[in-house]
This record gives sequence, structure tokens and C-alpha cells, in this order.
Amino acid sequence: MLQTDSTNEGIVDNDSRLPETLESETRPLESMKKETSSNERIAPVSGSTAPVQRVTGAQLRKRFRLSDFLAEKLITTVAFASLATVVMIFVFVFREAAPVFFAKEEVQVSVAESVEDETYGEEFLGEAARVKEGKGKGTASVETGGGEGEASLSNLLSETWQPVSMDPKFGLLPLAVGSLKVTFLAILIAAPMGILAALFTSSFAPKWSKEILKPAIEILAGFPSVVIGFFALVILATLLQDVFGYQYRLNAFVGGVAMSLAVIPIIFTVAEDALTAVPRFMTEASLALGATRWQTALFVTLPAATPGVFAAVLLGFGRAFGETMIVLMATGNAALLSFELLEPVRTMSATIGAEMAEVVFGDTHYHILFLIGSILFVFTFVVNGIAEVFVRQKLLKRFRGS
Amino acid sequence: MTKLRRTLLGASVIWGTAIAAFSIVLVVLVVMGTIVVNGAGSLSLEFFTSPPTEGMTEGGIFPAIVGTALLVIIMSIAGIPVGTITAIYLSEYANQRSVLARSIRFAVNTLAGVPAIVFGLFGLGFFVQFVGAGLDQVFTGGAELQWAQPNILWASLTMAFLTLPVVIVSVEEAVKTVPQDLRAASLALGATKWQTIWNVVLPNSVTGILTGGILAVSRGAGEVAPILFTGAAYFLPQLPTNLSDQFMELGYHVYIMSTQSTNVEATRGIQYATTLVLLMLTFLLNFTAIFLRSRLRGRTVQA
Repeated sequence: MLQTDSTNEGIVDNDSRLPETLESETRPLESMKKETSSNERIAPVSGSTAPVQRVTGAQLRKRFRLSDFLAEKLITTVAFASLATVVMIFVFVFREAAPVFFAKEEVQVSVAESVEDETYGEEFLGEAARVKEGKGKGTASVETGGGEGEASLSNLLSETWQPVSMDPKFGLLPLAVGSLKVTFLAILIAAPMGILAALFTSSFAPKWSKEILKPAIEILAGFPSVVIGFFALVILATLLQDVFGYQYRLNAFVGGVAMSLAVIPIIFTVAEDALTAVPRFMTEASLALGATRWQTALFVTLPAATPGVFAAVLLGFGRAFGETMIVLMATGNAALLSFELLEPVRTMSATIGAEMAEVVFGDTHYHILFLIGSILFVFTFVVNGIAEVFVRQKLLKRFRGS
Repeated sequence: MTKLRRTLLGASVIWGTAIAAFSIVLVVLVVMGTIVVNGAGSLSLEFFTSPPTEGMTEGGIFPAIVGTALLVIIMSIAGIPVGTITAIYLSEYANQRSVLARSIRFAVNTLAGVPAIVFGLFGLGFFVQFVGAGLDQVFTGGAELQWAQPNILWASLTMAFLTLPVVIVSVEEAVKTVPQDLRAASLALGATKWQTIWNVVLPNSVTGILTGGILAVSRGAGEVAPILFTGAAYFLPQLPTNLSDQFMELGYHVYIMSTQSTNVEATRGIQYATTLVLLMLTFLLNFTAIFLRSRLRGRTVQA
């Protein structure tokens, strides 16, 4: 159908073209607007010739065709659907998590007063999302600040995660601490490695070493996380235990080290992009003033690219926080509240991965797991958003401003 | 004194960065080496073509290979057209400053940053609990559970969502390398916008679409978190024949065999070999994609 369209109809239409005025009346309005706006590129050329030669230019461009019209509508619709998916993910993950709060409010109306005031005015989903967002921040600030829980969320902020028992406890604190422990350790290892390696590639590396390094990073980025998890579980855990001689074979330390493998490629790639984006005139000016290459790299290139490097670390942080398979396999999965690195931990993502398969649909436990997912979602969303701002605005402004 | 210090500092900066860089290379080599060395011994033709036997302590991974293949095929059928069309919209139709285009771009970026496990939750909450339950309601009045449970279709569709950004980014990059002159020539000959896209832009970006598809397949084959509870199964006596069947998958097989099987130590050989197969698969795909992409970039230089 499309083929005939492009050959036959094209010829016929060229011969039997209607006057422009008549055409514009028969044509649906949106298509005219869309086509003119999307054809801006060619418009100036054709526009200038149109008044003289009535045969070409503007008329040709504006002619209505059903196939074109349909194609554009279809393409726009599909593109719009891609946008809708993100909204849908939000909606459906939060939808399953929402009952946690409604059930809670029934039980503890008096305590949850303040939450209710804030939330009942709005729509169902927006409300759930907002409460969760607040919660995500609440938990995060609590572990850094050290233990002031809100009364209405006492169960969620308690120190025990014991979902399957006579008296189930859904304290998210041990899970959040576990996630942060593993994530920070991973960043602590991956950030220096990734940034230094990026500095090496962008400033010092001879060509041959770039040709080794770049593919190696691509390979590392291509490792499925389950492969890294397997490596950590089978080899790394034993190796590290032999070297450091600690008690538990699987713990936050092993998880963090393994996780750094997954994070290094992200940090490296983004940091390297930022470092190579530093304008040449900056480095050349530094070299011209007599600075050596390492001085230029350390005191000119690196400071100039700081926002990008920071964004790289943030993106790595987001990735590590949400990564599931590695922690599921390598951290020992014990939901203990402890700040000790060498004890087994269970992270938020691993909890979902480990428990969702065995949970009863519609149970409180089930909804709590979705709540954890929502927190993960919102958290990574915020972290990635901040990283984006750093890359887009700060970095560009700095280079443009200078 | 200061000069000595400066020289030392300089040397340590250069060597420090170099050491960081090459220790990454070393780590990659060590991880790959260990898996290859330990896994190669257990590989055999039989390993690829036979199902697990003796309570999963012996035999091969044939069902897992088939399951992975089915997963990525259904995923590609669902995801690649949508991703391609979205990319075409973003690069050809959208007014770059319009709200819609910008929000779609934002959505794609967001989608790329969502943790894999959240996609799994989405698959469970949306496909299984919402669409699946709806279908059951329509077909059987909710009496029978057919679609409202994890299966290969829901797992594949979940994975298609996960890989959507990969396809979009790749295709967009390819579409951008099609020279403006070609488009202008086509339009000048009287072709409409859609005709230009269909006859000029798309044929010239086939490589990019292919690259995107391959990268998506590689990503999809390697991710386990989204299918943990949307369709993957520990062991199945027969291959999936229906879209509403569960399936075995390579990555899931590695995970389950190394953490939850009855005798973890005795099946190390199978675990290594399965990991090796998975690793080789993603490698092959990634390198094909890198190769295609370098050819694509080569073309841009010529044009």
C-alpha cells in the first residue's frame, strides 16, 4: 500500500494539482499546521520561490495526503505511548503500594491526622505518590540523622524486618541501611577508579592504551548483573574472606565490592564525556602558560569538568541503589540493622527480589514490597534528575560563560 | 626541593590514573578468565541440547536457551517497532522545543534510569494483576486463572519496556547520520515527508535500527530482575508452547542454581558453564552491535 502510494499517486498528483486556495479548505487543519511546522527546514528555500513560480514550493509542501496524514498521526501516537509508559509505571507501582497507607489510616486515625490533612484533598494516585515520596525522604533522613521515627509510620520505621511471622514487622530501616551501606561502599571504590581512569584516558593515555581500555569498559558494561553476582558469590566472597579473615562469607563488603564492578562503567563513561568536553582553549591556555600535562589535567581539566564528574558519581549511585541481582546473590540477605560492614545485609531491592515470588497477592506484605519498589523508583528518579541538572545546566553554563 | 616534589607529584598523578585504568582492565580479564576456565570444561554439545536431569544436578540447559530465545524474540517484536517509531518521531517530526517532544525525551531518560526490579514490579502490577486479570474476566468470567499469572508473554513485554530506551537512543543516533542533503533531494523531487522517511531515511538507518535491536536483545538476555516474578520458572518438564506458559531462562538459571538449588556445590560445573554461555551470548551481541555502529560512524565521515 505504501509502495503504490509513493510511486503512482506522486505522479498523478503532480499533474492534477488543485489551486492552493481550494486545497487549503479541503485539508484538515491540524495536518496543515503540523506539516508547516515540521517542514521549517525547507520552508525558506521554497518560500522564496513560491510567489514567482506557482508550480513548485509552498503548494507542493502543503498538499494534503491521506497516507502522510495517517503516518504522522500514527507516529505521534506511538511516541506519545512511550511517554505514557513512564506514567503507567508510576501509576501501577504506586497503585499496588497505596493500600499500605489506607489500611494504616483505618487503624490509626488519630495518629495519622497530620498525614491525612495533607493528602485527602488530592486525587487518589497523586496522593499515594506524594506520601511515598515523603516517606522515601523520611527514611533516608532518618538513617543519616539517627532514629526519630514518625508515630504514624512506627511499624514501617521500626528496626525489625520480619514479614513472615505471627506478628509481622515491616521495619524498612534495616533494609534502607543495608542499601546505603552497599551503595556507599560501591561508590567509594568505583568513583576513584572510574574518575582516575577517565582522567587517564582523556589526558594522558597514548592511543594504544585507549584501544585496550575502551573495549574493556564496554565489556564490563555489558556483563549481565547476574554474572557479576555469580562471580562475587562463588569467587570474590571466598577470596576476600581468605584475605581479610572475617566471619561471614557473604556480607555488605563483598556486595559493595561486586557492585563497584557494575558501577565503574557508568562513572567512567560519563566522567570521560565530561572531561573530553572541556574546551581545548582551556587546556591549551594552561599548557601555553608553561604548565605541564599533569598540572593541566589536575588543575584545569578536572576542575572544569567537576559538575559532569559529580553527575557521573550520582548516576552511579542511582544505578547501585536499584541494582538487584548482585546484592541478592552476594550480600547474605540477612535483614539486620547494623552499621557494621562485615555483617550480612539485605538491601531494599534484594528484599523485593527475594520475597515477591513467595508472597500472597493482596497481602500487606505484598503491598509493602511495592512500597519499597516505589521508594526505589522515586529515589533513583530524584538522583538521576539531579545528575541531569548538573550535566545539562551547570556544565554547559560553565563552558559557555567562560 | 619543590622541583623534586613537583616531579614526584606529577609522576604519581600520571601513574595513579594509569594504574586505576589498567586495574579495571585487569578485573575484566580476571572475571572473564575465571568463568571461561571453570566453565569451558563442562561445555559439550549435550549440554546445549539436553534438559536438566537428576533433579537438576546433571544434564544441560536446553530449555533455558529456548526460553531465553523466546523471551528476546517476543520482546523484540513488541519493543523494536515502538522504539523505532518513537525515535523517528523525535528526530523527524517533533519540533525540538515543543512540550511533547521534550517530555518524551525526558520520559526516555527516566525509563533508562528506572531500576530493573521496578520494571518487574510494574510487570506484576500492570500485566499480571491488571491486564491479565482483565483478560481472564473477559474470557472466562474470572473463573479460571489463565492470564492473571506470570507467563512468558508478560515477562517479554516487561522486558520490552526495559529495553525501549536502548532502541530509541540507537535508532535516533542512526537517523541523525542520514545526511540532510538526501532528505532535501527527496523532498525537492516532490516526495512527501512520509515518503521521504519511508524511502530515504529508513533504508539508510537500517544499520542503526539493527544495532539498537541487538543491544536491546543483549540487555534483555542479561537482565534477570524483571522476570523474577513475571514469568521465569525454576524447572519445567516441557518447553513453553503457549504464550501463557512459564519458561526457563539462562540468567535466572544461573541465579537459581547458584543460590537455591538443592546441592549448590555439586552443580558448580553447570553454574559456570551456564554463566559462560550467557556471557558469550551477550558478548557476541555486543560486539556485533559495536561493529555495526563503527560502520555507521564510518559512513558519517564519508558523507
